[in-house]
Amino acid sequence: MATAIELSGITKRFPGVVANDQVNLTVEEGEIHAICGENGAGKSTLMKILYGMQQADSGTMKVHGREVRFVSPTEAIAAGIGMVHQHFMLADQLTVLENVILGAEPTKALGRIDFEAAREHLREVGQAYGLTIDPNDLIEELEVGERQRVEIIKVLYRGAKILILDEPTAVLVPQEVEELFRNMRGLKEDGATILFIDHKLDEVLAIADTITVLRDGKTVATVKPNEVTAHDLAELMVGSELPTPETTESTVTDQVALDVESVTVLDEDERVLVDDVTFRIRRGEVVGIAGVEGNGQAELVDAILGTRPVHRGSIKLMGEDVTLLPVRARRERGIGYIPQDRHREGLLLTAPLWENAALGHQTQEPFVNGIFIDRAGSKERTEHIRKEFDVRTPNVDVHAHALSGGNQQKLIVGREMTADPIVLLAAHPTRGIDVGAQAEVWDDIKLARSKGMATLLISADLDELIGLSDTIVVMLRGGLVATLDPAKLSPRELGAYMTGAKEGAA
Amino acid sequence: MNWEKLPAWLRWALYAAVGVFVLTVVQDFDETGSLTAAGSSQSMLRWAVPILLAGLGGLFSERAGVVNIGLEGMMILGTWFGAWGAVVYGPWWGIVLGMAAGAVGGLLHAIATVTFGVDHVISGVAINILAPGITRFLSSEVLTTLPGGSITQSPRVPGVGTFTLPILGGGSIGSWQTPDFFGWLAGREIFLISDIASIAKGLVTRISWVSLIALLLVPFTAWLLWRTRFGLRLRICGERPQAGEAQGINVYRFKYIGVVISGALSGLGGAFIASPELSGIYLEGQTTGRGFIGLAALIFGNWRPVGVLGGALLFGYPFGIGLRDLDGSASHSLILVNAIGLAAVAIWAATRGKRVDAVLALVLGLAAAAWYLTSDTLPDVWINILPFVIVLIVLVFFAQRLRAPAADGLRYRKGEN
Repeated sequence: MATAIELSGITKRFPGVVANDQVNLTVEEGEIHAICGENGAGKSTLMKILYGMQQADSGTMKVHGREVRFVSPTEAIAAGIGMVHQHFMLADQLTVLENVILGAEPTKALGRIDFEAAREHLREVGQAYGLTIDPNDLIEELEVGERQRVEIIKVLYRGAKILILDEPTAVLVPQEVEELFRNMRGLKEDGATILFIDHKLDEVLAIADTITVLRDGKTVATVKPNEVTAHDLAELMVGSELPTPETTESTVTDQVALDVESVTVLDEDERVLVDDVTFRIRRGEVVGIAGVEGNGQAELVDAILGTRPVHRGSIKLMGEDVTLLPVRARRERGIGYIPQDRHREGLLLTAPLWENAALGHQTQEPFVNGIFIDRAGSKERTEHIRKEFDVRTPNVDVHAHALSGGNQQKLIVGREMTADPIVLLAAHPTRGIDVGAQAEVWDDIKLARSKGMATLLISADLDELIGLSDTIVVMLRGGLVATLDPAKLSPRELGAYMTGAKEGAA
Repeated sequence: MNWEKLPAWLRWALYAAVGVFVLTVVQDFDETGSLTAAGSSQSMLRWAVPILLAGLGGLFSERAGVVNIGLEGMMILGTWFGAWGAVVYGPWWGIVLGMAAGAVGGLLHAIATVTFGVDHVISGVAINILAPGITRFLSSEVLTTLPGGSITQSPRVPGVGTFTLPILGGGSIGSWQTPDFFGWLAGREIFLISDIASIAKGLVTRISWVSLIALLLVPFTAWLLWRTRFGLRLRICGERPQAGEAQGINVYRFKYIGVVISGALSGLGGAFIASPELSGIYLEGQTTGRGFIGLAALIFGNWRPVGVLGGALLFGYPFGIGLRDLDGSASHSLILVNAIGLAAVAIWAATRGKRVDAVLALVLGLAAAAWYLTSDTLPDVWINILPFVIVLIVLVFFAQRLRAPAADGLRYRKGEN
């Protein structure tokens, strides 16, 4: 078999970090090659270099045996390399066809786009690789899996034979992942070479022909899937033993902390976002909400927090009806909140850490003294959070944007935990942070749970959801469709409930 | 039936038909002659042209993802250079120089927002402050040296000329004076038909060549942005520039092109304001916010060319009426039109369950009706204010469910996600 890609000695430095350190990678033609590693291991940087989005400081690249140097994606595309980004590069308001042909438009005289020819070519590509999609649909009307297919078609449309997929499974539910893998195998049979980034090890073992593991910017191993177990791979990635989200014993008490009764939430157009949802969380209990994103989980959290009005139903906190109370009153009564988007809702990126530590608690000790901000008290508390929650920062006066994602998240978790909440609303508490920080966040939640905190957990990471929760409820189209026992549940089964393929209580 | 499925021009034609019907009814009821007079539609068109040009300019800029609040400033540059160019080199040079001056203003905005990542609104405001300063300085240096010019005004500005459509409007072909079909129909005094003919007559009589260019720019813009490679690439910069970048498109270049075109079109609008069709002279402060109204037309038109034209005509109409309304009676009738319009909005909002809108429209509508009933004419000052109030009210009710380009106004840096 011929070699499709050969990278040797690739090094890329950013201010303060070496993202790739003498990386070597060989990909054979017609194989599915997985690149594994923790966040920050340098996988994405390596792929961006290969795709011409960034340039290596040193090292050589060969494509089909020819040495190349890409200064822009255009050249990579010309060499037959295409990339599907983790965050889709699609314009929601444009049609599938417009998105696909962008940058490679067939034209007639005067620069007119030849839409007929484009449609025809799109159909041919779709048929050749067994991928179908309606070219006239707007992207915003498509499901996540379909959008990903558009991205893949986009790459194939340009005649790419080498596909780079950056964490393609991160946004998919298990059923969609299977569909993707079927497509990937089909592409391979039709002669494509696929390079994909992933850190879900069972997936990697299921689909890859060869696996290369990166750690701290270096290649640590290249292995065949039949030679290793998931555990071996994990240790290669982390370099030590793996943490798990599993909780040990139940700490659930009888005292109901949060009582959500028939809550219905509507949007401005009176469409139902949360549909008659009822559940209870007792002290010491973690209730996990599973669901494909956009099925009302975020709106339910908003309603409990008070940032979105409840149209029907009631919310009780330790027996007190808080349905009509404003956000601040609810938070003062003991609701903690870890938002799903830490940059949008969790932090002021251009403010110092000690100000960030006061957010949401700005009316309480030790952050205020009468009507004035208590700087000394705030800084002292922030210092405490820094030590207790291992927030790695030189001091508490630096701005929040100077911290890595994991440390920002630990600051938020620390801020909420130090306030000793009765109920914690945790939306994707470990999204986008590395394994080490993830384990610390899990430990923090477990510890608080054992002290009697009630937690509402929303997560797209099904292992996290199953591992941390005492009870799992499934949300679909705004309503709760199933209540499940995580002890008897596999991620696959949970995925089936999330897509509505399976219904009812387990 | 689904309104949204109709072609844009047909939908807008239907809106226009309903509008004319209301005007006709009000006119007959109120016994003023001017709401559907040929002169009114003629002056509506003249007022609409600068608004349309600024709006189309805004379209190019915002479709490329740059909010252009500096349209007004670029238009001011256009008025000065348009007038000066026309006086010194002749009318067509005035057009060219007005466009060029606007384009330079656009270039400045592009350098600030695209290259240096300055907030689009701040840069736009800066241009709006800068432009009157520059023109004032130039006036003191240049206009004062021209015979008949002073520090605030230019000598008489020559125009590029006008034409009247033959047959429909009674224009001439060579030496043959053709019949005037619309004029004849307007004189027959048939309910609605004659009113439509009268309005049409105004739209085909003594049209400036610049107006013709502006009107032709509407289908041209639609074609350019939605049918060509250039257009698709420009639009991706306003929707998802990173997606363009990933396909090797030079996003900066398209943003620059969009903003410079935006300035050129505003400048053309400015040059037209100074031309004899509207003023015939450069006067300091004569744009009176029409760049901003162009922005309002852009928003009203949902960032689409035909919609911008609709907005420009809608906003141009009350200005056109006000311009010819010497005794305040036509503007007075316009208040009744407003009351009817607001009542329609109230009913529409109520059927959609939009309670706040319905109540607000009802209250405003009743106030307009009360004002109409308790007065006979409008004082001078209100004749000038009313059009602006109408723009404001229209935007309040129609700018809620619109779809701006997704990345409009966002700072874009190459290589950042």
